Amino acid sequence: MEKEKVIIVKDLVKKFGNFIANDHLNFHVDKGEIFGFLGANGAGKTTAMRILCGLSKPSSGLVEVAGFNVKTNAEDVKKRIGYMSQKFSLFEDLTIWENMRFFSTVYGMSRSNFKARGQLLLQKLNLFDERNRLVSTLSLGWKQKLAFTVAILHEPSIVFLDEPTGGVDPITRRQFWEMIYEAADDGITVFVTTHYMDEAEYCNRVTIMVDGRIDALDTPSELKKQFKAESMNEVFLSLAR
Amino acid sequence: MNRFIAFVKKEFLHIFRDYRTMMILFIMPIAQILIFGFAITTEIQNASIAILDKSKDEVTRELTQKLLASGYFSADQYLSSESEIESAFKQGRAKMVIVYESNFGNNYEKIGASNIQLICDASDPNTARILSQYAEGIFASYNRTNQAIGIIPEVRMFYNENLDGFYMSIPGIMAMILMLVSAMMTSISITREKEFGSMEVLLISPLRPLQIILGKVTPYILMAVINTISILALGYWVFGVPVKGSLALLLFECILFTILALSLGILISTVAKNQMVAMFVSMFALMLPVILLSGFIFPIDNMPVILQWISNIIPPKWFIIIVKTIMLKGGGLEYIWKETLILIAFIVVFVGLSVKKFNIRLQD
Amino acid sequence: MIEINAISKAFDNVQAVKEVSLQVDEGELFGFIGPDGAGKTTLFRMLNSLIVPDAGSISLFGLDPVKQYKKVRQIIGYMPGKFSLYTDLSIEENLSFFATVFGTTIEENYHLIEDIYKQIEPFKKRLAGQLSGGMKQKLALSCALIHKPKLLLLDEPTTGVDAVSRREFWDMLKALKSKGITIVVSTPYMDEASLCDRVALMQNGKVHAVEKPQVIVDQFMGNIFAVKSNNNYKSLLQLRTWEHCKNVYPFGESLHYLDHRSKVSEKEIENFLLEKELAEVEVALVTPDIEDCFIAFTQTETD
Repeated sequence: MEKEKVIIVKDLVKKFGNFIANDHLNFHVDKGEIFGFLGANGAGKTTAMRILCGLSKPSSGLVEVAGFNVKTNAEDVKKRIGYMSQKFSLFEDLTIWENMRFFSTVYGMSRSNFKARGQLLLQKLNLFDERNRLVSTLSLGWKQKLAFTVAILHEPSIVFLDEPTGGVDPITRRQFWEMIYEAADDGITVFVTTHYMDEAEYCNRVTIMVDGRIDALDTPSELKKQFKAESMNEVFLSLAR
Repeated sequence: MNRFIAFVKKEFLHIFRDYRTMMILFIMPIAQILIFGFAITTEIQNASIAILDKSKDEVTRELTQKLLASGYFSADQYLSSESEIESAFKQGRAKMVIVYESNFGNNYEKIGASNIQLICDASDPNTARILSQYAEGIFASYNRTNQAIGIIPEVRMFYNENLDGFYMSIPGIMAMILMLVSAMMTSISITREKEFGSMEVLLISPLRPLQIILGKVTPYILMAVINTISILALGYWVFGVPVKGSLALLLFECILFTILALSLGILISTVAKNQMVAMFVSMFALMLPVILLSGFIFPIDNMPVILQWISNIIPPKWFIIIVKTIMLKGGGLEYIWKETLILIAFIVVFVGLSVKKFNIRLQD
Repeated sequence: MIEINAISKAFDNVQAVKEVSLQVDEGELFGFIGPDGAGKTTLFRMLNSLIVPDAGSISLFGLDPVKQYKKVRQIIGYMPGKFSLYTDLSIEENLSFFATVFGTTIEENYHLIEDIYKQIEPFKKRLAGQLSGGMKQKLALSCALIHKPKLLLLDEPTTGVDAVSRREFWDMLKALKSKGITIVVSTPYMDEASLCDRVALMQNGKVHAVEKPQVIVDQFMGNIFAVKSNNNYKSLLQLRTWEHCKNVYPFGESLHYLDHRSKVSEKEIENFLLEKELAEVEVALVTPDIEDCFIAFTQTETD
């Protein structure tokens, strides 16, 4: 059975002057897959992700996200993706519900649709009764779970997560990954960029970028076998060093 | 001492590396002076006035003629009754209405005194004040010409509020610049250390809190002195603003005020969590009062009593009085010792508060 | 030696550190492992004298950070969590500033930082703000070491740094340790625990275990099974409904499953999942990881 591909990247090249940030990248991501995108700082991860999100145009090559070409239909791409970063997630001085309503409007959700889906998602988090609390009063773990919920509120085809669980306690981290699994199970593709290798272990497939190139692409267990390594961290070290 | 010098050196490096801020610090005073000197002129030309002449005799005609010939005023309309005054203002056409009493010329010639009423649109108090002063001046000159025939006084120079207005703004600009350079820049540079986490390391180092504070402050004292001198020099050479009193005393008072502003900056930095807050507090707590309440732009005498009271706790008010006295009136310390003492009192309070708040530890 | 005796600290009703007691030996590489908000930074600031504890006492090589803070500040090298260097100064300017402030010169203690500093020395005219994460770290460490401290306090030095630089950083710490410097480090990354001589697991202001990492793992009660299938999420939901399930959670590519029963075979678990229409089921007994221990500690506390 051929799986539906939500991200197709063919010969992606991105240059900044003489500097080649992305050097002929080739990969695809299946629907419902949890795809890890790894690399050291400066390996070209962020550049590639900005292109996938429609924020930057490739110098050459084909990039299709959710069925649209990012070069010509960037706005269509943006409507169909969700984004969450550890650095910025939510407005601290708004309540949970106000944050959700804001983002629902940004993505053009109808009022009734937002009410129903917002309530459903918050109930799953057991936060519905707390919906009028200010986000600033939540603990870090809760904020992150809420931020993920907001990112998938408008039922995007793909959700991009940037280092989603760095520094979170192990229990919250697992609750977070359960949410990711559930979203993937619902058919939302999850694209995780991180330089924390232990996060990589949770992904279905991972790519490792070194100096603008993709040096490895496989399931974590295959990569570990291939590099005779105990953990993804070792895989990464043997590639990047 | 080595540590202290190293610290001051580091501060200078910060200032010089950030060339944009440095440009602002050095160019802004010059720009301000030029703007106030050339652009924002308080001279009035061809201000529309309305005239209600109840007497309509030779004297009133002559006076009106004189007013209009001065070039400051142009007659927009002639009113026929008091009831029209208000509408003339409301239409925004007249800035001032001149009312001659009936039998004006008669009274003037027989009693030697007659009444004239100047009604100004005080929604723009500055213009109103200047207009009335111009008019009064012209009337006064008329008096004189008639009493001592053959003498035609130089009305224009004597009453040229333009230059005087600019003179008046020099102390205000100095207060503003010194406040900005000293208070805002120190508060920002101290909070920056807090924000970047380097304050923690500094606190842990053998540097004493006093050394840290002094090290932060020293470069800005120098900058402030340079700014003071450049303002005075520019005023003197470009616009011919004199320093009638002692230059040494003036510089001393400027340094005193700089120290005051610096201590305020330190106080702000002990309260502000980050650079943004520091900047806003400096802007709203320092700049606005300086501009609005110190007598820089709006004369304190024209303010409501409550604001006049509040203006007393605005340090620049006293500084501006001092500078005016020294620069424009040539007064010595004997005229301004009270104001100087007030500045010193402010310094003692602010330094005391900030040293108390600037802890050797992170907690309050 | 560092002795921490029942110290506590609260900020506006939030108990950041609760009655923490432990000892760190001279020359040890000691790690505080815990997530963000566990109280690590507050604890470090009490050690370095920037914060006074509400209760309890601390002794750093016989010195009290509350009363003898000046002496304490002379013997410690401190790297706060946030990048604490001046980004608008060059490498060299940063280092010589900190050297002068601590009353020494780069030349005097060059031998201490040589191994680390010579890696960044070729770029010494470059502004610190333009350095990569790994280079910044090396510079920060050099600055913390320049006055020859007896004790290095490093608060989350590896946060936000990529895996390669993290590994290099730990190698540097080991080299410093061999020079006799006592090092106390904090980190939110569980996988860094094994690099320390001893660790304290921290959560919600409390310390759960103070041990050698290996001992913590060895003391783990019960068996952990790594479970994989064609759909890990479904397996997770199914296992959670199982009456024998003590705990099950995602763990990398597989799930970690703990059973209530003392004896249970891999086959039994596999059969349960196959019954629930899952395929490609693989079950294997695994040795616990420090993260498993952390989860066990914190879960028993909340229960």
